[in-house]
Amino acid sequence: MNVLLDNLDLYGPFFLTTIELFLWSAVGSLILGTILAMLRVSPVLAFRAAGTTYVTLIRNTPLTLVFAFFVFAYPLLEIVKLSFFTAAVVALIVYTSAFICEVVRSGINTVPVGQAEAGRALGLTFGQILGQIVLPQALRSVAPPLISTLIALLKNTTIAAGFSVAEAGAIRSYLSERGDNQLIGLLWVALGFIILVAVLSLIQRSLEKRWSVAR
Amino acid sequence: MSSVLFDVPGPKARMRHRIYAVIGVLAIAAFIAFVVYRFYDTGQFTARKWEWLQYQQVQIDLLNAVLETLRAFAAAAVLALIFGAVFAAGRLSDHAWIRRISGAIVEFFRAIPALILMFLFYFGLPAVGVPMTPFLGVVFGLTLYNGSVLAEVFRAGIQALPKGQAEAAYALGMRKTQVMFTVLLPQAIRAMLPTIISQMVVLLKDTALGFIITFQELLYYARYIGTQGEFGRPIVPSTLVATGIYICLCLLLTALATYLEKRNRRSKKHIDLDEKKAEETGLGAAASA
Repeated sequence: MNVLLDNLDLYGPFFLTTIELFLWSAVGSLILGTILAMLRVSPVLAFRAAGTTYVTLIRNTPLTLVFAFFVFAYPLLEIVKLSFFTAAVVALIVYTSAFICEVVRSGINTVPVGQAEAGRALGLTFGQILGQIVLPQALRSVAPPLISTLIALLKNTTIAAGFSVAEAGAIRSYLSERGDNQLIGLLWVALGFIILVAVLSLIQRSLEKRWSVAR
Repeated sequence: MSSVLFDVPGPKARMRHRIYAVIGVLAIAAFIAFVVYRFYDTGQFTARKWEWLQYQQVQIDLLNAVLETLRAFAAAAVLALIFGAVFAAGRLSDHAWIRRISGAIVEFFRAIPALILMFLFYFGLPAVGVPMTPFLGVVFGLTLYNGSVLAEVFRAGIQALPKGQAEAAYALGMRKTQVMFTVLLPQAIRAMLPTIISQMVVLLKDTALGFIITFQELLYYARYIGTQGEFGRPIVPSTLVATGIYICLCLLLTALATYLEKRNRRSKKHIDLDEKKAEETGLGAAASA
């Protein structure tokens, strides 16, 4: 208990950074992931190929390597300068969106073809069919796996600790500087993650109950 | 190509799709050209930055780094499979206290980031007097995390088997162990092989986390080469080479999964899992995490 109480000035702000990192990358990867899913179901072959290539390459690359690229290699290309925090968010978005894409795509496939056909028969435009018929149903059916992907994202934010971002994963190195017991310090960090994951799981369960579609 | 979103295209739509395709290809080509130009402009393509690949010593060291990655992968994979099997059996036990304890352990390790588990082993245990190497830290961290995910996969697979399988076996007078080992497990493992192997891909990728606790694997070596002044600090080329190697290794594993899945479908011994049940018990979630 002492390790936690003596270092509240570490645990508080660092876990806040973790949450901030999580929120930014969650929003970013939900947007990019949905765009990628649109590419992968599009009738244009070139778009499908581009989406598939992206997802295959990223899904088979370690996240640590994506981080290493954006922190060490990317600055040498002199495109736009990124702070460590932004670089971490970009790396997490690039990686997570490939997984979100697959979840959204499988969600679109669960919507019965008749739904969109009925929409077309009523004369709705493509945008209306997508926005008012298919996506709402697709999102409902994928809410649980989507949140599982976000839970994975939350846990992945710890990797930023290896790349100079002061988030929960980095608490350990500060504790070792202060000479506190690292085992106990790390157990508190682990407990913090268990609580955060539990919160997301609760949201997952309540969405599942409220949103399940009758088919 | 039958998607819920699109009607079968007529002549007009096909024309439009062709125009979209041209614009799309141009946009993607422009993006790639821009990136390549940035590479060229900042001198990433100069011979000096790629020279290191020609040195025999570097090639040997690179190969050793890959072997180190594979060594951690192999050790963690075997241990994770054992861990998963033991705790899946625990969660399916008839004794409530065994079920509860194994359930708690599995849920506990699933909620903690793999990197924090590695920290716990590598930095935490020496603090209470247990010696630890980076290799062991990586292996134990990956074992606990992936093992608990695999435990859920195994459990989901067994619970999603048609109920009649176990009932028939009990009716023949088999004991629970016999039912498990001779009837349920062989079928469940066959049906779950693709999921198990995709979890192995996750495990293989996660060995790169070892970089952060100074385990000298592939990514560590790529970073080391990238800082060498004599080759003009080729961090971009060395990261690209490491990415290529990781992608190849993972694709080989994925190809194995696809092959097994295809062979499985042809096999007469194959039983379809109850998909809804598999999802409820977490098989779906495990696959995406």
